[in-house]
Amino acid sequence: MNLRNYLIRVSLILFISFSFTEKSLSVEPDQFIQSIADEASKVLISNISKEQKTEKLKSIALKSVDIKGIGLYSLGSHRKNLSDDEKEKYSELFKKYFLKSFSSRLSNYTDPKINVISMEKLNDKYTIVSSILVATKKTPEVKIDWRVYTKNSSKPLIRDLIIEGLSIARTQKEEFNSVIQSNDGDINSLFTNLTEFINNN
Amino acid sequence: MKKITIILFLSIFFSVAANAGSDGANVLSKNKPESVKDCFESVNRGIFGFNQFLDNVIFEPVARGYRYIPSPIRIGTGNAVSNLSILITVPNNLLQGNIKEAGVNTLRFVVNTTVGILGIFDPAAAFGFEKKEKEDYGQTLGAWGVGPGCYLILPVLGPSTVRDTVGTVATFVGGDPWYNVTTRNDTSYFKESDYYGTRITGGIDYRAKNIDSFDSLEQNSIDFYASIRSLYLQDRQQKILNSKKITDTMDDSDWEEIESN
Repeated sequence: MNLRNYLIRVSLILFISFSFTEKSLSVEPDQFIQSIADEASKVLISNISKEQKTEKLKSIALKSVDIKGIGLYSLGSHRKNLSDDEKEKYSELFKKYFLKSFSSRLSNYTDPKINVISMEKLNDKYTIVSSILVATKKTPEVKIDWRVYTKNSSKPLIRDLIIEGLSIARTQKEEFNSVIQSNDGDINSLFTNLTEFINNN
Repeated sequence: MKKITIILFLSIFFSVAANAGSDGANVLSKNKPESVKDCFESVNRGIFGFNQFLDNVIFEPVARGYRYIPSPIRIGTGNAVSNLSILITVPNNLLQGNIKEAGVNTLRFVVNTTVGILGIFDPAAAFGFEKKEKEDYGQTLGAWGVGPGCYLILPVLGPSTVRDTVGTVATFVGGDPWYNVTTRNDTSYFKESDYYGTRITGGIDYRAKNIDSFDSLEQNSIDFYASIRSLYLQDRQQKILNSKKITDTMDDSDWEEIESN
């Protein structure tokens, strides 16, 4: 085999391997959401203490939610005025705030059953997955859409929950903006509020 | 009161004038939550605090008690109150040019009020007349291209905008047939208390259905007032657009900039 043939063969093998790996590792956003929802549901119906449930829900959030991305989005235009140190401090605070708020909201549900019904690809970065929170005797059916960040197709991440058309991330962004604006644009007021939330609730 | 009415009228007049010739995209952009100004924020926050006080002292305890009523009775009550709201929805369907929805809603009202015993049951759905979205005069003004104006908090009634407040006023000056036959006109069949009874019951039913959601939101907000404002304005934007497609009301501009990995 001459060198030219050898290089062609190696290139071909690498190309096929790469294509196969890319395809096999990519995760479909709808399957991703269904598996995350099922996992969270299992935790919530399991016979463990509330503290254990909270810890398990937090670990699910850490691997499936783009907390840093949501944090940056929630800052809105204020993120452009932050120094690197402030960004780092904010990201840490936001992560703690998010995990606490997330597990608190979710723990209100005792037996949630979420069924994914469809998905719509917006572009290479985003897909919207539509699902239904099945009605129970106490609660009505709720439509939940998930904004999934698909830039890395092998590791999709949740960036927003849109419940009956109301975006949680957008609400958060407007809430944070209100806190900053009502304190003359001082970002430290947001840090103080987040810290109080983390420590007090 | 007269002065307030004139201010509201002028506000809406200028909004209409500014938005003449609007199209669907304009309707959407005019109703973007972030484009609505909270011009009277300090006053609004004061009224919001007062409403919260009322809620804590009266509405929430009553709503919690209401939840002890057996579920079939609560569902029937909710249906009956919802049935009466069709009387406002139908004229607004017509004003927005949605003739088919107006027809379906009219049939729903007739069937459910008679066969469904004053709207307690919903046999119309079984006949193929599925429940449609509620419409009000604020939504109609929005669909016509009228801008929302400033964000307002009304005592007892809660979040609104100048446009939606004008829409609410419209229901009291002839736009609500149920109000007309119970309160506005002198009829021998109904009393004022019938109107206020149904309105209060509707409010309690709504509050009871949303106790957990409100509690969760309040507990997890660092600025509850701002959260409610955002949710109200998002909800109105979606309702005015009359779209169930979530991508119609999403704003991706900010998301596109976010790179976290």
